[in-house]
Amino acid sequence: MHARHIFLSAIAALVGGVLACVAASAIAAPDKIDPAADAKAFQKYFTDKFPQVKFEDFVNGPYSMNEDMRKQWEEKEQFPPYEFSLEAGKEVFATPFGNGKTYADCFPNGGLGIRQNYPYFDEKEGKVVTLELALNRCREANGEAPYSYVDDEMASLTAYMAFTSRGKPFDIKIPNDPRALQAYENGKRYFYTRRGQLNFSCATCHVQSPGERIRAEVLAPALGILNAMPIYRSEWSGMGTISRRLVTCNSQTRAVPLEPQSDEYRDLEYFLSYVSNGLPISGPGARP
Amino acid sequence: MASTIRVRATVSGDTTEVQALIQHPMDSGFVKDAQGQIIPAHFIQQLTFEHGGRTVFLANWGAAVSKDPYVKFSFKGGAKGDDLKINWMDNKGATDSTTAKIS
Amino acid sequence: MTCGSPSFSRRLVLQGAGSVALVGLGFGTVPAVAAANDKYPEDAFRQKGDADAIKALYGKTAEASDKVKLDAPEIAENGAVVPIAVATALTAVTSISFLVSENPNALAAFYVIPEGTVPAVANRLKMAKTCNVIAIVESAGKLYSATKEVKVTVGGCGG
Repeated sequence: MHARHIFLSAIAALVGGVLACVAASAIAAPDKIDPAADAKAFQKYFTDKFPQVKFEDFVNGPYSMNEDMRKQWEEKEQFPPYEFSLEAGKEVFATPFGNGKTYADCFPNGGLGIRQNYPYFDEKEGKVVTLELALNRCREANGEAPYSYVDDEMASLTAYMAFTSRGKPFDIKIPNDPRALQAYENGKRYFYTRRGQLNFSCATCHVQSPGERIRAEVLAPALGILNAMPIYRSEWSGMGTISRRLVTCNSQTRAVPLEPQSDEYRDLEYFLSYVSNGLPISGPGARP
Repeated sequence: MASTIRVRATVSGDTTEVQALIQHPMDSGFVKDAQGQIIPAHFIQQLTFEHGGRTVFLANWGAAVSKDPYVKFSFKGGAKGDDLKINWMDNKGATDSTTAKIS
Repeated sequence: MTCGSPSFSRRLVLQGAGSVALVGLGFGTVPAVAAANDKYPEDAFRQKGDADAIKALYGKTAEASDKVKLDAPEIAENGAVVPIAVATALTAVTSISFLVSENPNALAAFYVIPEGTVPAVANRLKMAKTCNVIAIVESAGKLYSATKEVKVTVGGCGG
């Protein structure tokens, strides 16, 4: 009864494009941006829908919801397919740029164990900065050409940085700045807005239907979905960054993908990471 | 260049468990590229594991072994610190080898 | 599609490539201490069906045995990477092989098990479509098999 009520509220939130304050809808005014209440309701929706899934396990995507697949994954994790990418990332990370500086010089704590703090809102720029974006800015600041956001080099680097942050809970901050709140809100709107020929929103698959099959694949829950990034996908026979994942999500629903690291994608990543606050970084991950 | 071979060999009691992952495309010869051209078959055919001058495992592989192939087996008699020699050769005659320490 | 029907000319190419590798073997790149049956079974790998491959590999047929424990998923999460393992209580095991019945060439892997090596192997195989996976254990000169159907919804052939 209770679960059903929450589900219906969620749908109402989707359709109306108003705040998805499912549990808190009675107390929060519908047009007030309240990320903390959102995150609480978002997480409660998933824990109510999947009472048998342990909270930390949501970062394991479809493997948290399907026993047969989980076994195959555990078998693969014995010697994971992202191993080579991870090693390449470690090497590249330590290799100095032409000017002698390294990635470590661009990041707090030398870039290690900090994945959980990205994306963050840069109050000087007034925009969201993702890890992939920060890496390319670091390259450009040191006279190097930026990497493609969807190719192996970026995936290797983020794989290594995620690996050094494994187990650290997402700790995304939204400063008390109307621009930050707006960026969050924009990301959220993007997440719940239907688009493309299939008229799917991100939420259609990853909020309404996680654990269900879409054609042959089992859908991952939106909660914790970025914690495992970047991922080795068997379907790709290779690694993919968050940018690559978002672009393919759009094209799979026959929508027009945006430019990687466009404002919309950055805001989307901000929203999606924030509502997974508290869940541990598990990347790099392996997925079908 | 880094080795294409990753090995984990751990001894427990009288048995050494070996897991190996090798970086190789394992192209089957049945797949076309984006231009519609067949990607020629390119796969590891033989992989050997040697301990104490003796072959403890020999894999003969066809093109149906997955990209970046993985294999796991166990043998009796290894000890901590022993060398395990691994060697592969593919259908184009390329080879790689490495020596791992049993831990 | 590209999966089911290898063209004749491609087979010739493969054959050519195979002989190069065998020449390589002849020069002793693989240590000479390898087991007696260390030759790459080129012919068996080139057979289409599982029965022909087994015949080419062993020259005899296998009987089903519950002593061969084949571990494979019900539904492969992706046909490109299907974790498959076999273990057995049989003794005097000299080889273990894996066949995927509906792949273009059924034989996937043939492992030589010298004395002192545990008769159990785990590996990851490609599967073109839903079909039987067969594991064969050679024990004291006889062949024992286990078979399991694995459903493949996303084929491992790409293209």
